Amino acid sequence: MGQTLTEKIFSRKANHPVKAGDLVIAEVDMAMGQDGTTPLALRSFQEMGTDRVLHPERIVFVIDHNAPSPLEAVSALHDVMRDFASRHGIRLFDAGCGVCHELMVGQGLVVPGDLVVGADSHTCTYGALGVFSTGVGSTELAAVMVTGKLWFKVPETVRVIMDGTLSPGVFSKDIMLHLASRKGADWATYQVLEFSGPVVDKLGVEERLTITNMVVEMGAKAGLIAPDEKTLKWLEGRAKRQYESLQPDPDATYAETVEVDCSSLAPQVALPHRVDTVTSIEDLPTVPIQQAFLGTCTNGRAQDIEIAAKILKGHTVHPQVRFIVAPASQDIMVQALRKGWIETLVRANAIVVPPGCGPCVGTHQGIPGDGWNVISTANRNFKGRMGNSKAFIYLASPATVAASAVAGEISDPREYFQ
Amino acid sequence: MELKGKAHVFGDDINTDYIISGKYKFKTLDMDELGKHVMEDLDPDFSSKVEPGDFLVAGMNFGCGSSREQAPRALLASGIQIVLARSFARIFFRNAINCGLVVMECDTEGIETGDEMTADLTTGEIKNLTHAFTRQAQPLPDVMIRILQEGGLVEYIKKYGTFQEI
Ligand code: SF4
Repeated sequence: MGQTLTEKIFSRKANHPVKAGDLVIAEVDMAMGQDGTTPLALRSFQEMGTDRVLHPERIVFVIDHNAPSPLEAVSALHDVMRDFASRHGIRLFDAGCGVCHELMVGQGLVVPGDLVVGADSHTCTYGALGVFSTGVGSTELAAVMVTGKLWFKVPETVRVIMDGTLSPGVFSKDIMLHLASRKGADWATYQVLEFSGPVVDKLGVEERLTITNMVVEMGAKAGLIAPDEKTLKWLEGRAKRQYESLQPDPDATYAETVEVDCSSLAPQVALPHRVDTVTSIEDLPTVPIQQAFLGTCTNGRAQDIEIAAKILKGHTVHPQVRFIVAPASQDIMVQALRKGWIETLVRANAIVVPPGCGPCVGTHQGIPGDGWNVISTANRNFKGRMGNSKAFIYLASPATVAASAVAGEISDPREYFQ
Repeated sequence: MELKGKAHVFGDDINTDYIISGKYKFKTLDMDELGKHVMEDLDPDFSSKVEPGDFLVAGMNFGCGSSREQAPRALLASGIQIVLARSFARIFFRNAINCGLVVMECDTEGIETGDEMTADLTTGEIKNLTHAFTRQAQPLPDVMIRILQEGGLVEYIKKYGTFQEI
């Protein structure tokens, strides 16, 4: 019987054929921890009564969430990570390198067919490369450091076929917000979403990463896109290991097949405080904004910054708005500098902060004031997410965020794409 | 093994930012300190109302959002010993078991704050003593029961050194 991509990856890792529902103990190819989750993992590691990391070359630490440190206590936790990493020969990306997920893919640390875990819920991002990747807790990261393995329940797969063509000014982010509103925040709990169809085929790797990044907002354990020519090309010169590009069998068993017609889709906006309360921008009443944020593991990539720079060119950020831009990695920052996008943004009065999570998680670099409306390219708008539970966070594509930063209210970006 | 305590009821989609806000998790690894701020965006007095052993009861998708393990640990530190919900977000579910916080999936309709509850881990039987009804919870996979029996994943790994074949 045919296997889904997920079943194929787990069969390889477990060394015997598995199907959805099976419990397996599997070796993981890579495990990642960031500065919000690793300190606790290191404490669990110590409590496990060993001082040996089984495969240090398979572990990556990233200081991105709260970086550079805004507080003494955080500096101390960062030092704990640095000390541990240097003692055990673990690769560490320090403050300013970028967002953990962008580094894992951008640096070629994960390759198709891998089984990867990360102590961060958006570890699911790497699925755009055909990697089975999923978020785990700190203690599980510690268990992987000790044993090299973890237990998994092989999830069933829901197939999502993206049909039609996207109109100018509409992006993969809009499709995912639309899907969240159609299906709800707990739709695919314990399941994998596998994306295919003409729209996916046409999207570049960057926009595909936005898709798989958002699957956890629909409850999914992972999101997958089978590798194609574009994936392989993107990995050239990047991939740090050999890999085999696995594909799902044509007769694989899916729990459900969902079709999304992307042709009629307008830009979408998620309303506070839920990712699945979404409206088409055409139906949104006037929402004045006080802050706009472009960045994160969802939409802080080169293409996103380029779109913002194009929109801001010849305009300035509305005087009532703070527009914060956080490139997702150093490479992206450098590219944006070389291309002149950063200059355009800064001249337009945007605030560019170091590569990393920026204000996404609400600890620094742009905590909104009471009653502020914020429009953000992030994946989450829970109450309090950006550090103030009295703020209102709207989510949208980079184009919508940039157009709104100019207008001072949430605005349809399509006028810039005619 | 039977647990007994008072219910504290919340709704659907209680995310980890509500359980413990991101602004605290970076500041400290002191779980007792975090325990004081549990659920405070939804109920500022929550931690002062909890007595050791109490039940947290919720609807769908409890623990959605970030992977922060501080969420189940802070709940434990506040005195909550078990969470009953219609469904859980998967990372929270795993994290809870790994920390020794009991989580069980069952129909939670009709349970009210203040109700006296019991839960039997081996049979999955949940009783509401105040309103005299019984619910059946989903049994946990064996590997989870074993981790819970050891008192969490740390103790499990300490004892066995690695994962026991399933
Ligand atoms: S950018 Fe935001 S969502 Fe992404 S890893 Fe950082 S804090 Fe998490």
